[in-house]
Amino acid sequence: MKRIAAVTAAVVVAVTTALLLPASAAARQSDPVRLLTHESFAVSQDVLDAFTVETGYPVVILTGGDAGQIVNQAILAAGNPVADVLFGVDTTFLSRALDGGVFEAYESPGLDVVPPGLRADPRVTPIDVGDVCLNYDKAAFVTVPPPQTLDDLTDPAYAGMLVVENPATSSPGLAFLLATIARFGESGDYTWQDYWADLRRNGVAVTQGWEEAYYGSFSGGSGEGDRPLVVSYASSPAAEVVFATEPTATAPTGVITDGCFHQVEYAGILAGTTNRAGAEALIDFMLSDAFQEDVPLNMFVFPASTEARLPDVFVAHAAVPAEPETVAPAAIEQNRERWVDEWTAIVLRDPSGTRWGVIGASIAAVAVLAFGGWRFRRRRR
Amino acid sequence: MSRPRPGRWALAALPLSFLGVFFLWPLVSIVWTGLAPGGVFDPSAFGKVLGNGSLLDVVWFTLWQATLSTALTLVVALPGAYVFARYDFPGKRLLRAAATIPFVLPTMVAGTAFLALIGPNGALGVRLDGTVTAILLAHVFFNYAVVLRTVGGLWSHLDPRLEEAARALGASRWRTFTSVTLPLLRPAIAAAASIVFLFTFTSFGIVLILGGAGLATLEVEIYRQTSTLFDLPVAAVLAILQLVGVTAVLLAYSRYQERNAVEQSLRPAAETSRRPRGARERVMVGGVLSSMALLLGAPPTVLVQRSLSTGDGWGLGFYRALGEQGRTAAQFVDAGEAVRNSLGFAVAATVIALVIGLTAAAVVSAGRGRSSRWFDSLLMLPLGTSAVTIGFGFIVALDAPVDLRASAWLIPLAHSLVAIPFVVRSVVPVMRSVRARLREAAAVLGASPRRVWREIDLPIVSRAAAVGAGFAMAVSLGEFGATAFVARPDTPTMPVAIFRYLGRPGEINFGRAMAMSVILMVVTAAAVALIERFRAPGLGEF
Amino acid sequence: MLAVLGASIRFGDLAAVDGVSLSVADGEVLALLGPSGSGKTTLLRAIAGLQSLDHGSVLWDGDDLGPVPAHRRGFGLVFQDFALFPHLDVGRNVEFGLKMQGVDPLDRRRRASAALDQVELAGFERRKVATLSGGQQQRVALARALAAGPRMILLDEPLGSLDRALRERLTGDLRALLARPGLTALYVTHDQAEAFAIADRVAIIDRGRIVQRGTPEEVWRRPSTAFVADFLGFRTVVDVMVSSGVADAGPFGRIPVTGVSDGPAMAVIRPDALAIDPAGHLDAVVQTVAFRGSHCLVTLRLGTVVAEAQERRAPPLGARVRLSLDPNGVVVLGSETPPI
Repeated sequence: MKRIAAVTAAVVVAVTTALLLPASAAARQSDPVRLLTHESFAVSQDVLDAFTVETGYPVVILTGGDAGQIVNQAILAAGNPVADVLFGVDTTFLSRALDGGVFEAYESPGLDVVPPGLRADPRVTPIDVGDVCLNYDKAAFVTVPPPQTLDDLTDPAYAGMLVVENPATSSPGLAFLLATIARFGESGDYTWQDYWADLRRNGVAVTQGWEEAYYGSFSGGSGEGDRPLVVSYASSPAAEVVFATEPTATAPTGVITDGCFHQVEYAGILAGTTNRAGAEALIDFMLSDAFQEDVPLNMFVFPASTEARLPDVFVAHAAVPAEPETVAPAAIEQNRERWVDEWTAIVLRDPSGTRWGVIGASIAAVAVLAFGGWRFRRRRR
Repeated sequence: MSRPRPGRWALAALPLSFLGVFFLWPLVSIVWTGLAPGGVFDPSAFGKVLGNGSLLDVVWFTLWQATLSTALTLVVALPGAYVFARYDFPGKRLLRAAATIPFVLPTMVAGTAFLALIGPNGALGVRLDGTVTAILLAHVFFNYAVVLRTVGGLWSHLDPRLEEAARALGASRWRTFTSVTLPLLRPAIAAAASIVFLFTFTSFGIVLILGGAGLATLEVEIYRQTSTLFDLPVAAVLAILQLVGVTAVLLAYSRYQERNAVEQSLRPAAETSRRPRGARERVMVGGVLSSMALLLGAPPTVLVQRSLSTGDGWGLGFYRALGEQGRTAAQFVDAGEAVRNSLGFAVAATVIALVIGLTAAAVVSAGRGRSSRWFDSLLMLPLGTSAVTIGFGFIVALDAPVDLRASAWLIPLAHSLVAIPFVVRSVVPVMRSVRARLREAAAVLGASPRRVWREIDLPIVSRAAAVGAGFAMAVSLGEFGATAFVARPDTPTMPVAIFRYLGRPGEINFGRAMAMSVILMVVTAAAVALIERFRAPGLGEF
Repeated sequence: MLAVLGASIRFGDLAAVDGVSLSVADGEVLALLGPSGSGKTTLLRAIAGLQSLDHGSVLWDGDDLGPVPAHRRGFGLVFQDFALFPHLDVGRNVEFGLKMQGVDPLDRRRRASAALDQVELAGFERRKVATLSGGQQQRVALARALAAGPRMILLDEPLGSLDRALRERLTGDLRALLARPGLTALYVTHDQAEAFAIADRVAIIDRGRIVQRGTPEEVWRRPSTAFVADFLGFRTVVDVMVSSGVADAGPFGRIPVTGVSDGPAMAVIRPDALAIDPAGHLDAVVQTVAFRGSHCLVTLRLGTVVAEAQERRAPPLGARVRLSLDPNGVVVLGSETPPI
């Protein structure tokens, strides 16, 4: 029996060693810079290779989850980070990340290409900007014109046409909610709550994520659903053109430039980094033209740099809203839970309250009776 | 023969330490982080949850939909298990492997397929998205294979003479089924039901996609609280609630299993099945198989159809697009690399799950009583624990002594956490029914207890272990598990690739996602079929 | 030599084995004969090391086997249900014990073939166990036990699950196999015919206790208790009063007996002791007649008592007949039997 214990111990040691080896071996070979980012991050390989050639730092990319999740991870690991640089914290999560003490301050010398309006805090560097906007299916608005403003959406003419994402589970969903809050406000005759109550009356549909809304419910472009209005991105029509099966000059979808929410994506150096120099080099590189010009067609957002040239398809098909809505990051962090809860109560809460509970209880009771009765009869026999 | 206790616990050390390090420690760490911000225990979150009506609604919904889903899956899948156990028909092996496909489809992909069937513009013409019916339907679809394999596995080894004896004693077909077959199948039915219940109790993707925005399980709510709201105290309380529910079910299960354990002499599967005879049997087998094909085949068929339908025609354009960069330099993921990564992780996860799972199964099946019951439940617990909780637990807990947080090893380790219960569940019933007499015979012939395990238990059990390995492989290929929510080295797997394609607008991206889904289905079916073929030398038909 | 001293095994309140002592000499075949539930299998399992004793000990050549686990005892065991390994073919089943001993494969195969040869299954090495008939399985089980070269072989109702004709044929084969010089065996059965045919000596066990032991003939001739008599198939047991060498057996009259002390006792009247004989002194009525091939078993009523007799010809039912009694066929129970 002692032998079993010994074997067990040996296995544990072996596994631990095996786990340990790649990490430590890699650390000794070189000094890579580790980038923590979300699942939507993309960069062309040659651009990344150019960075390594230029600076000598290999890049290790750690991906997983969405913007919210990587910020949460960074907070949980604050002071002892898994990476050196975090990219992908956006306007809606910026405050949480800053409050969580995730970043070390760094001002990149390349920052002068970024409009001052995008700079939010010395600890983070703006890398790209994007707008969450309503998209419409051009084919569905041949006789009826597409809605022009947020207010139009409550018009019975557009009843049952809109699909939005749940702000509790989706980033564009939250952005759109914030846009309506910024537009209608929390006080006055007509608040955002009133607006959403009207949207509900007008038959708004809600999905949990962008994929289900765009591909599942939206009728335009590559969408397979039946609703001609969806909350998506200002760059979505450009993506429809880029990723069309047959080359095309016109986008099948359009953007409603009213009621867009403006988001900035930031990068920052994670506090406690073991490779500060590499981290600085990487952030500098992310502001360079090479990287900035690679951004649009990889992530379908606009570069933060004013120097970067836009690809033609972006110029032709991606909309730039004139006056996008914004909400201060601190206000978002402070009110997010309340806003989402209120939104849920207004839009999702079943008026007949416990309907499902009652139905469920009766079904469960029948099931229990049927199975229990069977068991009982068997036992008696 | 009674086994010496110290030996059993020495054997238990391996699975216990594995679960301790990679499951319990992260779990406890993250829950403690939530409940004790700044190191001081703060119970106010409990009040916050218990006083919140909508959170309590979530608990109630989670419970009843899981109960109903489990009952429904059993009712729908038992005829299939019967037909696969008792009849031979052309393409049986292929069909069995194919039936596993739904189980391994990433929920996002299957959800999309379901939407195509019962959503807006659905092929079936009925709109069910956003309803409980859709969720139940999808749960049956996903878990059919669990019942088919777990129950069908035991069923195919049941001695048909027992049923014949009952018939000869005057029992009708139905009475024979309820009074002989069903009781003999109970261990497997209970095992399958407990797994299905855990899956549906912790259902995440399906509820997220098909439930619309109005329906949420505890798992979805924990995800929301953790991910979006970052309300760790509430998430911790909900995670505890979920754990309590899961533990209660598991303990009830193993108590039940223990009281109803019957030693039976199993027959080789080839001996118990035959070709259907007569019109009646052929109609029955045909009917069951075709309804099964309809239920399990429709969603994957939609995927295939979509992956081939390129705009105005049919073709392999989307498959070619997987290997091309297209009109931009942008290539989010290398398709070939994704396939290779997926297979690599799956093999590693399967090996880990087999080593830990077989050791654990030996401990569980040798023991009786409370400690064994708790151990068995502990093994199952990862199935019933919120993946996002464990994932964030990794971040908090696995930084020392070795920093595993960003290690690629975390991926197969996390997958194996979910796969181990499948190995244990597939193997324990067979291990328990390896007759004590055989072990005694081996002992008298000079085999030490360990030798008995190697010469008798292991070979007889390896067929069941292959089934477990198939599950483990499938679980890993479909990428269940905690690492889905945390950052890991950028080694995209097939599900990640699908996720990335679907994250962008455009027909090519949608088509690529469909094509990759089809590839995932095929790779999974092939891997599972391969494992099924694998047999230890000299193993005969067991 | 195997010796069991004062062995007791309790299952809860039930004393399955209750203070049993017995010994099996080298080269001897001892049958442990008893009805089901008498504890004989439990005792066998204890000897094999599959069951621990609550009291007493099992000795081999004087060494206590208590601390020796089953796999180191070197005994062969043949189970009633054979317990052949379903995942191994016939050859590998038979080789199993040798493999455990670390015998090299070639030698193993040779010895397994020899063992199969002995049980007349030459050439069955690659057959699947599931394809064998009951009798073949039994022989494989035997070959498996013998191939390992055990110092003693234990057989637990090895013919119990076979049909009658097969059992009778295999009884002869078994006898021949076990009679090989030097083979020591303990044979557990509930069938007295089997036990008598195979064993050198017989021990009869009832409710965990050995109630009689002796050679088959001794036991057959002088059953020591009513239980043994009944178990051996003697149905006619009567109350007698013994005084000075004569037993008063009621309707059977006065019968001379030897070696019995005075007082009340019970006597067995074996079927071969009674005969229908017009010159007999006893009156009886024929109740039933059962045809047994070479003879008929006739039950007769003598006043209030029923007796059995063997007859060559079947008398008519209900006939009044006269019987004669051979005093040598009468055994007064409780008379001395030599200890084993």
